[in-house]
Order: sequence, then C-alpha cells, then structure tokens
Amino acid sequence: MRNGRLTPEEVVERFTERLGADILETRVQERREGIKKNPNYNIWIDLNRDALKPAIEALIEIHYPHLSVIAGSDLGETIRLLYHFTIYYGTPAGEYTVTLAVDLPKGDLTIPTISDLIPGAVFTEREKQEFFGITVLDIPDGRRLFLPEDFPQGVYPWRKDETGVPDSMVNKLWASKRPTDRPAPPAEEKEACELETGEEVEKPGSTGVEEEPK
Amino acid sequence: MSEGTGRKAPYIIPIGPTHPALKEPVMFTFEMEGEMIRDVDFAPGQTHRGIEWMGMRRNPVQIVHLTDRICGICGVSHTFAFARAVEQIAEIEVPERADYVRTIIAEFERIQSHLLWAGVAAHELGFDSLLHLTWRVREQSMDVIENLTGNRVNYGIVQVGGVRRDIVPEQHQIIEDCLATYEGLLSKLLSLFLDDRSIALRCRDVGVLSQKDALELCTVGPTARASGVNVDLRQDYPYSAYGDLDVRTILPDQYAGETRGDVYDRIVVRLLEVGQSCGIIRQCLDEMPAGEVTAEPKIAKLLAICKKASGEAIGRVEAPRGECFHYVRMEAQEAPHSWKVKASSYSNLMSWIPMLRGEQIADIPIIVASIDPCLSCTDRVAVIRGERRDILSKEDLHRLSVEATRRLQA
Repeated sequence: MRNGRLTPEEVVERFTERLGADILETRVQERREGIKKNPNYNIWIDLNRDALKPAIEALIEIHYPHLSVIAGSDLGETIRLLYHFTIYYGTPAGEYTVTLAVDLPKGDLTIPTISDLIPGAVFTEREKQEFFGITVLDIPDGRRLFLPEDFPQGVYPWRKDETGVPDSMVNKLWASKRPTDRPAPPAEEKEACELETGEEVEKPGSTGVEEEPK
Repeated sequence: MSEGTGRKAPYIIPIGPTHPALKEPVMFTFEMEGEMIRDVDFAPGQTHRGIEWMGMRRNPVQIVHLTDRICGICGVSHTFAFARAVEQIAEIEVPERADYVRTIIAEFERIQSHLLWAGVAAHELGFDSLLHLTWRVREQSMDVIENLTGNRVNYGIVQVGGVRRDIVPEQHQIIEDCLATYEGLLSKLLSLFLDDRSIALRCRDVGVLSQKDALELCTVGPTARASGVNVDLRQDYPYSAYGDLDVRTILPDQYAGETRGDVYDRIVVRLLEVGQSCGIIRQCLDEMPAGEVTAEPKIAKLLAICKKASGEAIGRVEAPRGECFHYVRMEAQEAPHSWKVKASSYSNLMSWIPMLRGEQIADIPIIVASIDPCLSCTDRVAVIRGERRDILSKEDLHRLSVEATRRLQA
C-alpha cells in the first residue's frame, strides 16, 4: 500500500489470490523516461477465459477501470485477446495499465461480453467480432462497426490464416492503372513522361508518340 | 408527421456518411419527435483504410510515416505512441533531449488543435468573426511547427529511438514570440467565448454528459475532463518529459466553480489547456538537457535492432483529444506481428448518444463538434417525413443552428 493505492506487485497478488490457478502468467513492466526517470508501470496478466469476468470484477473492486481498447493477435493455433485497462487515473504519476490477456483456441472462438460491467466495451467488442471472427456472447449490439456493408462475410482482416484478406482483395497502388470501365476523361490524356538518360525532352506540338530512344 | 395520418410519429433523419472535413466520416441516424432527438445511432468506418493491416506488412521505420498520416491534426501523437511501444520492445533508451523535443511538438499540436476546434465551435454557433480570429491566430502555431519540423501537417519528426531534428538556439526566439502571443490573447479568447451571453445560452446545459456516463463509456481527454473525470496521461502516467514537469489536470470547476459536463465546460477545458500548453513548452525550453536527439541515427542499424526485437508493449500519449493508445507485438521479424491503434476519438464516439438524446435538431452541429474538432460534420442530411423526402445540406443545418442563436439574442 502506498497512499491508499496498491503497488503493482500487490495488484498482481490480489489477482493470484483471488483467481488462483486461472492466472497463467503475470509480469510487471517498468518504463522510465525523461531526466528524472520516474517509473510508469504496465501490468500484464494472462488468464483462462472463464476467469476474465471475475478478473474484471476484481479490478472494479480496486478502482473502476478505464477500458482503453481490446487488442488482438492471431498466434496461429489461438487468438490472443488483450483487454487493456488502466486504474488509479486521477492520481499524479499513479496510473497503472492492467492488461488481461486471454487465448482463445481457433476451434472455439467465443468470449462473454463484458459490456454488462463496462458499457463502453461494446464498441471495441464489435470491432473484434468483425476483424477476428470471434463471437462475443450476449453482446447487446452485434452489428458491424468499421467494415463496409459489402465486405465479404467470413473474411477477417486481422487473421493470419486462410480467413484473412486474400491477395485478390488487395489493390496495389503501384500496380494500378486507369480503370477501363469509366467514362473517358474530359481532356485527352497526356503521354506518361518517362525520360531515360540521354533522351531529349519532347517539344510542344510534337505528336507525343513515343519514339525509339536515340 | 406525414400528412394525412394525423399522428405525430417519430421520423428518421440520417446524417452522413461522408463529410469533407472528417478523417472518420460517420453515418448518423436520428429518431426525431418534432424538433427533439428521441434516439440516435451512428455507424463509423465509412472510409476504413486498414492502416493496421498495412502496418503489419511494413517495418517500424516505414510505419512511423504511416502513423504520421493516421490523423490530419494529430500529426505527432500516433507516431509518438507507436515509437514508445517499439522502443519498449526493442529496449531502446531514448535520449533525454529527444523526450523534450517530442514534448514540445506534442504541446504545439495541442495548441493548434484546440484553437482549430474553438474556431469550428464558434462557426457552428454562427459567430464567424470569432472563427476568423481563432483561425488567424492559430496560424502562428502552425508556422512554428513548420519551423521546427519542416512540415505543417505530417510533421515527420518522431523516429523510433528519438526525433529526426533538434531544436536549435536560433529557434527559441520564434517559439517564445508565439507563446507570448497566445498568453496575451488567452484572456481575450476566454472572455469572447465564455462571457458571451449567446454562447452561454447555446452551450450551457446543452449536450450534457454525466460523470457516471463518461466513466462507463470509457471517455477520454477534454470530453471526459469537462464531465469532471480527472484523467490526463500527462498527470497520471507521465511519459517522456512530462515526468519532470508536474502537469495537473484542468477541470472546468477551476474556472467556473462547478462542473456541468455540457458543451460550455468543453470550451472551458480546451481554452485553459492552450494556456497550460504554453507553460509546458516554456518549461521544456528552459530545462532541456544537452545531448543527442536520437538513440540510433543510422536507419539500417535501427532496423536491425527492431528486427531482433520480440515481445509486446503499450505506447500511450495524451493527444489533444485524449488518450492515444498503440499496442505492438513483435516476433523478431521485419514487420510487427500485431498492431492495434486506438485513437482518442475511438473512445469518445459512444458519448454522443447520451449527449444528443433529448436535444434539439439545431443543436446537432455544436454537440457533435463538441467532442472532437474534426467532426464539424453534417455534409448532407436527408429528412424523411412520411412520403416526403427533403435534402438538408450542411448549409441548411448550419443555418438552423445560426437561427437558433439569433432567436435567443432577440
């Protein structure tokens, strides 16, 4: 305890006491910047899926957390969801980030909604559904969020397996040409200017037809 | 509302989905009852660019130029946050002088962003002379940013490991002149915005966000602070040079003696933060240590360091609109394995719903604009009343808003 706040280690202890074997791994990351090198703490807790909501309840008991975002990562066999919270905001140099990470096996990509505990979470949960193809159980609003309506079903942009964005959907700007199915431009198109060394600049009034380099 | 039914049914107003001033065009659907908003829904992502997807196929040095272009106003916040995440994974120690240069640029960004927003707010209320004043004085901060970074918008100043340009003694005077201008102007701006009877009538108790809602909807930045939530990363989680500076959160009750969480309070917080930023920049200039501005000036070496790094980290900074958050996971590859960008507006959009419910149609522009300078909004609006369909342009909506001000003044 320090000024009524738990130290980062005590926060971790609180979780391991409360959730025991469901806590898989914990670490406290410290970062010091500036001249004074005052520390900032990032707490990382890996846990089982079933322990996610009890863990958030434990977090709310410490301090009502701010949910920054739910990040995710396709690790091949599993999808790792990272719930990034912060606690003790409002205290000078007292804020910690607390990241609760859950690995979901690709065979069962479901996770309960946390929007009953933190209503603002529904926004980022919707995003995770469309970008990772996970199912958030009991989500109050399961519509798409960022992807357009005509985006194909079953394609999840942040997946690294066969459900990710296929090459055929990627429009490479450097390889793109003027589309052929559009009306002709109002003015006649100019020849692309590709000067090679030694080539003379075309004079105005010339036909613009490419000639053999001299 | 349709003729013939004789029943005052709710009708739907869609607003959006695209407006030229926006980096994130939003589609609004308002359920109206007469002039009153009964409910509201919104759909972001009208031009989702897949920045994270692109980033996961590029190396960190390429990504810093991508992050510069995520937002047209926060030209440094995203790069700052991303670089901090990568530096933690690759265990790069940023030189102290670079921390100070980054902080100075970030504060200039806050000044120009808040002034831009103040102008937009004035315009939405029909005070175009105030718009012209704020945008004219904003130019000086843009000029200083150009002088310091070489660019007005996509600054290209932050690199992984430090910054790409130092601040030299000859530039101190230009910075000092700019700060003096703003400090001299601040009391005038405060009085123009906050002592004006019409602005108070249009903004007091309009678009209210309660402290409870602000907390539960994960709101950040000036929007949260205006509702009395004491959050500011520069105070709570002092990164970079902020740990040396002792920044304190600005809350509306420090000025008005009370917190109501309305549009007016959002003006208070942003204007006071302009003054605060001037103080921070001056302190940074005075205390800036000598030394290098980058941990690794050779890009090839920097890339080699990044390519060996593996791990995951969070980079957070206080952008003008609130917490900007980057999660990066690296697995000793050229490109990061995973990357998640959380812009400040991402956290603030949900707060529109409680703010807009129960308000008037003419208040839509100022309430929507009140959380974010870019969302000056409402490019075109189609009003469907029964069989009739009218198109309301941005100008029409703006006119409605101006008329509401005039009615109050009469």
